[in-house]
Amino acid sequence: MAAPTEPKISFMKRYPLLGPLFGFIFVLLLFQAMVYSRNGTTFLTPDTLGLILIQTVIVATGALGMTVIIVAGGIDLSAGSVVAFSGVTAAVLLRDGHSSMVALLGALAVGALVGLVNGFIIARFDLMPFIVTLGMMSTARGLAQKVGDNQTVNYSFGTTEGINGLMNNPTTIYDAAVEHFKNIDVNGVAQKVLSHDHDVPHWLFNLCSHFMRADPDQHGALFVPLWLPNYGVLIMLALTIIMSVVLNRSVYGRHIFALGSNEDTARLCGLRTFWLKVSVYVLGGLFMGLAGVFNLARLRQGDVTAGTGMELDIITAVVIGGASLNGGVGSIWGAVIGALTMTALHSGCVQMGWMSYNQLIIIGIVLVLAVGLDKFRSRGLKG
Amino acid sequence: MRLRLRGIEKSFGATRALGGVDLEAPAGEVLALIGENGAGKSTLMKVISGAHTPDAGTMEIDGRPFAPRSPRESSDAGVAMIYQELTLAPHLTAEENLVLGREPARLGFVSRGRRRELALAALEMVNHPHLPLDVPVRELSVAQQQLVEIARACASGARVVILDEPTSSLGRHDVENLFKVIARLAAQGVALIYISHFLEECRTVAKRYLVLRDGKSVGAGELAQIDDAGIIRLMVGREVTELYPRIPRRLGETVLQTDGLTGARGKPHRVSFSVRRGEIFGFAGLIGAGRTEILRNVFGLDAAAEGVVNVEGKKLLLGAPVRSLAAGLGLLSENRKTEGLLLNRDLADNLTLSRLGALARGGFVSRSKQLASARAIMQRLDVRAKTPTQPVGTLSGGNQQKIAFGRLLHQEADIFLLDEPTRGIDVGAKAVLYRQVLEAAQAGHAVVMVSSYLPELLGMCDTIGVMCRGELVAMRPRDQWDEHSLLSAALGQDTPEEINR
Repeated sequence: MAAPTEPKISFMKRYPLLGPLFGFIFVLLLFQAMVYSRNGTTFLTPDTLGLILIQTVIVATGALGMTVIIVAGGIDLSAGSVVAFSGVTAAVLLRDGHSSMVALLGALAVGALVGLVNGFIIARFDLMPFIVTLGMMSTARGLAQKVGDNQTVNYSFGTTEGINGLMNNPTTIYDAAVEHFKNIDVNGVAQKVLSHDHDVPHWLFNLCSHFMRADPDQHGALFVPLWLPNYGVLIMLALTIIMSVVLNRSVYGRHIFALGSNEDTARLCGLRTFWLKVSVYVLGGLFMGLAGVFNLARLRQGDVTAGTGMELDIITAVVIGGASLNGGVGSIWGAVIGALTMTALHSGCVQMGWMSYNQLIIIGIVLVLAVGLDKFRSRGLKG
Repeated sequence: MRLRLRGIEKSFGATRALGGVDLEAPAGEVLALIGENGAGKSTLMKVISGAHTPDAGTMEIDGRPFAPRSPRESSDAGVAMIYQELTLAPHLTAEENLVLGREPARLGFVSRGRRRELALAALEMVNHPHLPLDVPVRELSVAQQQLVEIARACASGARVVILDEPTSSLGRHDVENLFKVIARLAAQGVALIYISHFLEECRTVAKRYLVLRDGKSVGAGELAQIDDAGIIRLMVGREVTELYPRIPRRLGETVLQTDGLTGARGKPHRVSFSVRRGEIFGFAGLIGAGRTEILRNVFGLDAAAEGVVNVEGKKLLLGAPVRSLAAGLGLLSENRKTEGLLLNRDLADNLTLSRLGALARGGFVSRSKQLASARAIMQRLDVRAKTPTQPVGTLSGGNQQKIAFGRLLHQEADIFLLDEPTRGIDVGAKAVLYRQVLEAAQAGHAVVMVSSYLPELLGMCDTIGVMCRGELVAMRPRDQWDEHSLLSAALGQDTPEEINR
C-alpha cells in the first residue's frame, strides 16, 4: 500500500504573489543601482513610481483580459492589434462628432467582436488558439488601417482646445484635473497653478494622461505624476479587484480554471465548454478594447500602428504574474505586478539612456526566463 | 534458443508487476503470449524492449547475455516491437519511414537511389514489394502502415519480432495477409512473439504458447496439446479475496435503460440493457470491446449515432453531459490523469466542480463552504491528504481515485457510471471504493460498472453483461457466471455454456 504523499507546501507556494513582487522590487533596485552608478541620480523617486503606475495602465488592462484567456488554456496574440483597432475606431467616432461615451462603447464593441470571432473559431472548429489569434493579429491590424484610412486620425472637441492645444500646453490637463479635484492639494503646488484659466478637457482624455506642471524654478516642463486623480489608474485598480474576485470566487471563474486545467474533465463535470471558451475570448476582447481607449487617451490621436508588439508585453506580464501557458494557473494581481515590472523595465532602460532595441532584447529575455520559471514551477506534480 | 528469459521480476513501488517469468522463443517459430488484461504482458514486453530494467532474472539472445538499458540497446541487439499504436512518422513517405535512422548518405546528403533500394529490399522481406513508397504513410491504410512498420523492423536486422495485438485494427482480409507475413518471417529464421486475446488467432499463427497470470508464467507448451478451456483455466484460477462485503439490498424500479445504443463508429453496436434501483450492473469484456464507449454514450461525452437512453422513463438528450448531469447521472472516467482530474488544481476544486452552484450564492462560490464539503467527503473516503487546498496531483493514485469518485458524491449522483473504478490503485483504496459503491446501491442508487478485473465484477455485481467486439453478447445474473464463462464470452467463444459445464 502506497503511503500518502506528504505535500511540501513551501512559503513561496503558499503566497504565490511573493515571487512576482520580489521580481518587481528586484528590477526597481537593479535600475536604482545602475542609474545611480552611471548618472549619480536616483531612479526610485515618488515621481518615477507614480509614472510607472500610470504608464502601466494600458498593459495592465490588457493583462487582466489576457490572464482570463491564459488561465482558460488559451492565448491571444491579437491583443496589440485590437488595441490599435479599437483605438482608431474610437478616434474615428470622435472625429465624426460622436460623444466620448459612444466612442468608448464603440471601442469596447470592437474588442468584444474580435474576441467573439476568435473564441467562436477556436471553440467551434477546435483550432489552436495560437494560430487563430495569430491570424487575427494581422486581420485586426488591417481592419484598424482600413477604418483609419491608413493614416493617423486627428479629432478635436469644441469644449476643449483640441488635441494639439493639449499636447502643446502641458499645464492644461493638470489644471483641469485640479479643477476637478479642488480639494486635493498636490505637493503644495495646486493652488499656484489654479490661477490659469482653461477649459475642462473632455473626461476621456483624463483616462490615461500624464499630468504635468510647469516648474517655475526650472526651464521646460517636468513630469508630476498625480496618479491618484488619474481615472485610468483608478479604473484599472477597480477592474483588478473585480476581476480578481470574479476569477477566484465566482462559479464562472472557477469554471475557467477547470477548463484551462483539463478540458476533458470540464466536459465530464458538465461544464458548457463551448460557451465558456467563447465567453473568455469575448471578455478578453473587452479588456483589449478598453486598453485601446486608454492608449488613445495617452496618444490623443488614432494611431493605426499603436500597440505593435504590445501582445508580447501583455503575455510576459501575465506569465511573470504566475500564469502557466498550459492553462489552469494564473493570478490577476500577479499579472498587474507583472505589468508594473514590464513598465519598470522600459522606464529604467529610458533612464539609462538605452536605445529602444535594448528594451526589446531585454523583454525577449525576460519572457523566456518567465516561461522557464513557469516550467520549473509546474514540476513536482505527478504527471 | 533465440530468446531466453529466466525468473524475470519487476516491481513498481509496492506493486509487483512481474513475479518470475520464464520465456523461451526459438528461432523460426511463433510463440503466443496469452494472459488477461493486467497479467503483466505489457510490462514483460517493456522489459524485453529495454524500456524497463528488470529487478531480477536473466535474459539471453542466442546464448549471449542480453541486458538492454534502453530501447536503443534492445533494438541494436535485434529486438523489434510492433506496438498496437503505430510508431511511424505520419508525414514522411513510406520510403523515408523504412530507412528512418539509417538513411544511406554521402557527405551528409541522402542518396536517393540507395534509399529506394533499401526500401524495396525491406518490402521484399514482408513480401509486399508493391506498396506505394512515395506517399505520406498517413495516407496509407492501417494494414499498409503496419506492413511498413514490420518491414522496417525486419530491414533493421531484427532477430526477435514482438507483435502486440497486431490485428486489433485490421479487417479479416488484412489479418490473413498479416499471418502470411508472419509465417514468412518465421521461415526466414526470425523468432516471433505474438500477443493476442483471441485464442483462435493464436492457434492459427503460433505453435507454442506461454500463459501469464498475475505477473508469473503459469503454463507453456504446444498449442496442439491443449484445448481452449485448458488455456482459460490457466489464465484465471486465482482465489477471490474477501474485499467485497455482502450488504443486503433490495432492487427497486428500473431507472436507467438503453435501447439499441450504437456508437459513432459502430462501437457499441445496438446495445440494450436496463438497471434497477439498488442494482450493480457490471460490464465485462476485453479492452477495446466497447464497454467504455457505452458509458460515454450514455453520459453523452460522445454522441451516440443511434439508440435511446431512458432515465426514470424519460428520454435523455444524447451527447449533452450537462443534461445527463441534471438527470442524475455521474461518470467516473477510466483515466483519472487525462480526463478525470484537474491535476494542478486543489482537492476542493476537484471534488466540487460538477456542482459548484450548490456552494454559491449570487454566482460567487463560498470558499469556506467549499472547503467544508471537501473535508466531509475526504473524511468519508479516508483520503490521505494534508489539506483540501493541495493540488490533487500530489496525491498517490489511490487517493486521486478517491477524489475522482468523491466528486460523484458531492454531485449527489443518482446513477453511478463507473469506468474501471479500481484500475491501478492499492488494495486499501480498493476496499474503500468497494464499500462506497455497495453503500450507494444499498441507498437505492443504480450503479453501472465497467471492469477488466473479473473477481471484482463477480464480487460486486448483481447482473453482468459481456461485451465482445462492440456487441453485448451475453447478460445474466451474477450467480450464473464464473470466471471461466465470463472470459470465454469475452474472448468471443461461441458456446460458453459448454466450457461452463
